[in-house]
Amino acid sequence: MTTYREAIREAIAEALTADERVFLMGEDVGAYGGCFAVSLGLLERFGPERIRDTPLSESAFVGAGIGAALGGLRPIVEIMTVNFSLLALDQILNNAATILHMSGGQFNVPLVIRMTTGAGRQLAAQHSHSLEGWYAHIPGLRILAPATVEDAGGMLAPALADPDPVLIFEHGSLYNSTGEPGTGPVDITTAAVRRPGRDVTLIAYGGTLHKALTAADELAAGGIEAEVVDLRVLRPLDEATVIKSIIHTHRAVIVDEGWRSGSLSAEVTARIVERAFYELDAPVERVCSAEVPIPYAHHLEEAALPQVPAIVTAARDVVSS
Amino acid sequence: MADFRMPSLGADMETGTVSEWLVKPGDSIRKGDPIAVIDTDKALIEVESFHTGVVGRLVVNTGERVPVGTTLAVVDERTPAERAPAEPSPPPPEPSPAHVLSPLVRRLAAERGMDLTSLRGTGPGDTVTRADVERAAGPEGTVPPGRTEPAAGRATTGPATVPAPPAPPEPARSKASPLARRLARELDLDLATVPGTGRTGAVRADDVRRAAAVRSDAARHAPPVNAPGQAVRQDERREQAMRQAIARAMTRSKREIPHYYLTSTIDMSTALAWLRERNRELPVSERVLPAALLLKAAATAAAEVPRLNGFWIDDGFVPGEAVHLGMAISLKGGGLIAPALHDAAGRDLADLMAGMKDLVSRVRSGRLRAAEMTEATMTVTNLGDQGVESVHGVIYPPQVALVGFGRILERPWAVHGLLGVRPLVTVTLAADHRATDGYTGGRFLAAVGRLLDHPAEL
Repeated sequence: MTTYREAIREAIAEALTADERVFLMGEDVGAYGGCFAVSLGLLERFGPERIRDTPLSESAFVGAGIGAALGGLRPIVEIMTVNFSLLALDQILNNAATILHMSGGQFNVPLVIRMTTGAGRQLAAQHSHSLEGWYAHIPGLRILAPATVEDAGGMLAPALADPDPVLIFEHGSLYNSTGEPGTGPVDITTAAVRRPGRDVTLIAYGGTLHKALTAADELAAGGIEAEVVDLRVLRPLDEATVIKSIIHTHRAVIVDEGWRSGSLSAEVTARIVERAFYELDAPVERVCSAEVPIPYAHHLEEAALPQVPAIVTAARDVVSS
Repeated sequence: MADFRMPSLGADMETGTVSEWLVKPGDSIRKGDPIAVIDTDKALIEVESFHTGVVGRLVVNTGERVPVGTTLAVVDERTPAERAPAEPSPPPPEPSPAHVLSPLVRRLAAERGMDLTSLRGTGPGDTVTRADVERAAGPEGTVPPGRTEPAAGRATTGPATVPAPPAPPEPARSKASPLARRLARELDLDLATVPGTGRTGAVRADDVRRAAAVRSDAARHAPPVNAPGQAVRQDERREQAMRQAIARAMTRSKREIPHYYLTSTIDMSTALAWLRERNRELPVSERVLPAALLLKAAATAAAEVPRLNGFWIDDGFVPGEAVHLGMAISLKGGGLIAPALHDAAGRDLADLMAGMKDLVSRVRSGRLRAAEMTEATMTVTNLGDQGVESVHGVIYPPQVALVGFGRILERPWAVHGLLGVRPLVTVTLAADHRATDGYTGGRFLAAVGRLLDHPAEL
C-alpha cells in the first residue's frame, strides 16, 4: 500500500532516472518539497538542475516549459492549483495547444503540466475550483484525471511519452488516499469501469470517483446494482466505454465537481444523448457542485459539493423514474 | 366507496389482465359475487367481490394489463337509503360530441379557444369542417395560416402585438423513455396501451417488455382481424409468460426452500381390490379412479400430520385451516397449474372424484375461481399416467410440502417371506426442512401407506 502522493513522487523520480531530458519545475517544488509535499526529497536526490524552483509567475514558467519542450527537453511543470493556472492560460491555450497546428505539424510540444484541482479542504474559493472541464474544451491537449493510486503513479510515464501537451489534474483530497501501487504505465486513452452493475451507470472522475463508489455500495444494499465508470481521460473523452455501459444499464448519473452549467458533465450528457438516445430508459441525472464560489466554512463547503446522499438519491430517482 | 383491486392469485403473480367484466356500473353486488374474469399468466380466473354495494366506475378496461393492487373498479358501499339524498338523480348524459375528423379543424378551434362540441357540423356525417369553425368564429376570427392570435374570451391587456401563447397541443402523446419507444417499435406494440410505472407515469422499457410478454387478452380474442401468424405469436407469448411465471416461482422455491425428500413404496393390492369391488356396483359416471384414492389418502394423511399442511411465512409456520389439496394439472399448450381441491380431507371419495373431474375440465377450459388459485395448502403431483415411476417435486411456495405419486406398476414384491406380483406405487414427499424434519415426513408417508392399506376408512 502506498499513498497517491507517494505514487506521484515515485513516478516523477522514475521518470527523472529513466530520461535525463526530464526535469520538474514549479513554485516551491524544490527546497520546500512542493506545496502538497509531492516533490519532497527530490531536490536532494536529483539536484537543483532538475528540480527547479520558479518565481510566482505562472505565465513565465509555463512559457519556459513550452520553450524547453520545443528545445528537446521533457519538462514536468507543476502549477499549485487550477485556479492559478488561469494566469498561464494564454501559454497553455495559445501556445502549447496550438503550436503543432500553427507550425503545420513541424513542432510538437512534449510538455506535461500537473496541477491540483478540487475542493474539500477548506481552502476557500480561490484554491478550490474544478476547472479541468474548461481545459477539456481545448483541442490539442490531453487531459488526465487520476482517481486511484495506480493511475496517479502510472499516468506520468505515458504522459511524458506523448509528443503533445498533457495536463494532469490531481484532486487535492486524494493525496493522502492509499491503495495498491500499479505495476507500470496505465492506459491514458480509455475510461475504466471500476465496478460492474446492471441498473444504472454512475459516471465520475478524480475526486468524485470514491463518492460514486461509496454511493454504489449504499445502492447495492438497497438492491440497485450501479456500474461505476471512471472517466480518467477527460480529453479526448472515451465515449465508447461510457456508451457501452449505457447500453448495458440504460440509465446514467454523472457526478462532477465542476459547476453544472457548461461543465464536463454537460458534455458527457450530450454525448450520451447523441450516441445512445434510444438506449435511455430515464432522463440523465447530474450531481454537480452548487453554482457558487466554493465556500470556506466547512459545512457550507460540504453543502456545495456533490456528496454521497445526493448521488444515491439521483440514482434511485433515475432507476424509478 | 371501496376499491376493487387486482388481486394476487398466487405467489408468482405480478400483473393480471381484466379479461371480462361480469358486472357493469350500476349493478348491485354482494360480497362473494363474481365480479370479473382475470387472466393471470396461467389461467382465466373468476374473481369474487369483497364488498357489497353498487358498482360505480370500471377503472380498467378489458384487455388492459395492470400490476397487482391496481384499482379495477369502485364499489359504492352505501345502502340505497344513504345513497338517495346524495345523488338525487344520475347526471344527464353528456351531449354527444360533434364529429371532428381533421387535425386542421382541431387546431383552428384550439387557436380560437372554441369548444368543438358546441359546433354543428355541416360536413358529411355531420362532420365539423373548417368552414364551420370559421363561420362560428366570425370574420374577425380568421387569421392567416401559421399565425395565432389571442383566443376569444382571453383578451389580454395590451394591443395584440405580442403573439398569444401557442395553442394547447393535441392530446399529449404518452410519456415514454426513448428505450421504451424503441422497444415498442421493435415489438410492434402500441405505446398508448402500455401502462407506465415510472415515477411520473412514464412508460419504461420494463413496462413494454411486460406488455409484450403477454399481449392483451383482447388481442387474443380478436381472431378475425389477426392474421394466422399473429395468433401463433400471441400463443407463443402466452406460453412464454407462463414459463416465466413458473420460472419465478420455482427459482424462488429452490433458492429459498431447503427441500428434503422421502420415498416409500406402497402395496396397492388391497386398495385396488377394494376399489374394483366398489366400482362394480356403480354406474360408469360415478366410478372412482385410483388417482382419486391417492389424493384422498394424501389429504387424510395431511390432516393427521398438520405440520406439513400450511405455509412458511415470515420465518414461521402458518398451518392451513383445512386440507386444501393443490392438484398439479398440466395444460395442453404446456405449463402447469395447481388449483386447490377445497377441504379434500373432509370430502367423501365420490365427492372428491367429482371435484377432481370438475377442476380438470375447468382448468382446460380456463375458468378457475380465485380461491382455488390461492388457497392450496399442500400440492399433489401425479405423473403416473405418463408412466413415470416416481417424482421428486419442487414445493410451490409458500407451501411446505409436495407429494408425488408415480405409476401403479405390477412388480415382484415380498410379503411374509414369499415373493408375489403386486401393484405398487412409489410415493414421495418433498418437504420444507425449515418447517419439518424427516421424522415428520416419515410419519406422513407411513400414514399414506396405512390409509391405502385400509381403503374403507377413506
